[in-house]
Amino acid sequence: MNYAASPVLAPHLPLWRSRLLLVLIAGGFLVLAGRAVYLQGLNNDFLQQKGQSRYSRVLEISANRGKITDRRGEALAISTPVKSVWAIPEEVQFSSQQRAKLAALLEMPPREIDKRLNDATGFVYLKRQISPDVAERVSELRIAGLFQNREYRRYYPGGEVMAQVLGFTGADDAGQDGIELAFQSTLAGKSGSRRVIKDRLGQIVEDTESIREAQNGRDLALSLDAKLQNLAFSQLKLALDKHKARAGAIVVLDARTGEVLALANLPSYNPNNRSRLSGAQLRNRVITDTFEPGSTLKPFTVALAVDLGRITPETMIATASGSLAIGKATIHDAHHFGDMTAAQVIQRSSNVGAARIALSLPTEAMWGMFDKVGFGSAPRLGFPGEASGKLRAFKNWRPIEQATMSYGHGISVSLLQLAHAYTIFASDGELIPLSLLRVETPLPGRQVISPATAHKLRDMLELAVQPGGTAPAARVMGYRVAGKTGTAHKEENGGYAKHKYVSSFVGLAPASAPRLVIAVMLDEPSAGQYYGGAVAAPVFSAVMGGALRMLGVPPDAPLKPLELPSDGSEIKETV
Amino acid sequence: MARLNLILLALLTACALGLVTSQHQARKLFAELEREQEQAKKLDVEWGQLQLEQSTWAMHARIEKIARDRLHMSVPDAKRTQVVLPAATEAER
Repeated sequence: MNYAASPVLAPHLPLWRSRLLLVLIAGGFLVLAGRAVYLQGLNNDFLQQKGQSRYSRVLEISANRGKITDRRGEALAISTPVKSVWAIPEEVQFSSQQRAKLAALLEMPPREIDKRLNDATGFVYLKRQISPDVAERVSELRIAGLFQNREYRRYYPGGEVMAQVLGFTGADDAGQDGIELAFQSTLAGKSGSRRVIKDRLGQIVEDTESIREAQNGRDLALSLDAKLQNLAFSQLKLALDKHKARAGAIVVLDARTGEVLALANLPSYNPNNRSRLSGAQLRNRVITDTFEPGSTLKPFTVALAVDLGRITPETMIATASGSLAIGKATIHDAHHFGDMTAAQVIQRSSNVGAARIALSLPTEAMWGMFDKVGFGSAPRLGFPGEASGKLRAFKNWRPIEQATMSYGHGISVSLLQLAHAYTIFASDGELIPLSLLRVETPLPGRQVISPATAHKLRDMLELAVQPGGTAPAARVMGYRVAGKTGTAHKEENGGYAKHKYVSSFVGLAPASAPRLVIAVMLDEPSAGQYYGGAVAAPVFSAVMGGALRMLGVPPDAPLKPLELPSDGSEIKETV
Repeated sequence: MARLNLILLALLTACALGLVTSQHQARKLFAELEREQEQAKKLDVEWGQLQLEQSTWAMHARIEKIARDRLHMSVPDAKRTQVVLPAATEAER
């Protein structure tokens, strides 16, 4: 039978029915095509993104903060990851047994945990910075609503010995004080991130792109020597206890490279446990505090006069009267030795002699000398809060001020500036820039006085530590030492306090070829003695002796035991 | 013609399976790499902690205290020190 002849098809259907079907089906296809265009073309980006978020994740890559080491590579500050335990109080559910275990692990009473959870809503830290092993055991308790995150904590193995130099970091691992702050940009790492594909088990199966490389902070090698630092700190501490001083500071410089080998302050603190800190403990007196140095400034006036050819070490200075009237004021010397040579002015620390020499010099030249050795301007170490001290413009100097400045009053300096200035005597007249970082090749310095003048001054300063000078206690067996004491009344309420002193000593050794410059300062020694020669000089001697031995510097003097003059026979300087 | 098509189909299937296995291998190896890197990071952290421990134990103040108190050592005083200089030894003979 023919298909076309089928009786079913025989009745003639109206044409519109097939047309209608055609239109409907074509319409259906059009809708589908439109939808396809919409999804594939117009809305593509959005959908791609949605799809990706189902399997790809962006992960943070944490970066370490750089280490701080001393010049030999010994670690002074290291960051290590720790965990912090936090909770969403509303979601916390634990049995009393779990609670007791948690309390034991976190080393806090169970009641304290309840209190923290009840006092807060949404988010509360239970304990910050716990060690990774403890954190592991806390997570094994499987307490609901308890979470952990990773943080860094910085440890300082040296403790109080170098607290003020290194400074510390805050909870967010950013430097807040000292070198941690000064070199923040070097030490800080930059955390990175990357995009990965994870499977349904949460394992990373593919690395799709690196959005940002993580950059670990760079390590920093300081100029400090941990052994020397420890020696300086312990000797300073002994002296502080012996003389009942309020505070003390010491700085050791390498005379050849300008590196700071040790820098200690007292009172100090333990940077690993910074609860109950006082401002006095935080102060880095060497760098940020200034004081009127007293007699330690005399060599600069004399050096200028020698350098200008006005005097030689043998020139007689008229000091016989023991006093010098300038306008309404009079300067006194405590002892009368008759007229002295310029060398003896330094040796016996005569105020009148220094003032007479100063008054023979032009004010501008004297200001220029102080300015060139760095007084009145910050040392530019990059350390936070570097003090620049006070050095007034020479145009306003009155004669009495010029005279007092020659022996260190009416001018203020930091201990670091003072030690730095003394390097001109140690390095043949050159002032080498200071550095807190290890120096491979020393930077060129600036010639302040001629090498010949520096040698003459070194000889004069050597006399000051011999018997007959102000500081025989500063001598070191086997080495020739040169140095100068300083004892000054403390400034208080615009005047000078009567019984409060600052005792200091600055010196260098070995005098034949100086390697080290050490400056010591003790604030308000109150156990009877207050002269720089009795309080600060022994600290200098102990640290210098130990340091030269550690550095293996060959002795330049016969190794005869030193005989210290009996107490009181050394010359007391005038204050 | 039909035979060529069949051969191509077989080749295509083989390639497709090969792709799947190599992708699987790659992911497995990557997961392993990831684990090793994690391990490296952990060891790095441990190294930092050990360095810290070392410098804590080796603190100069601590060593000095032990040398003094437990081993009864002391720095020889000046009278008991003799310095031998390299140049001086020849001359003294």
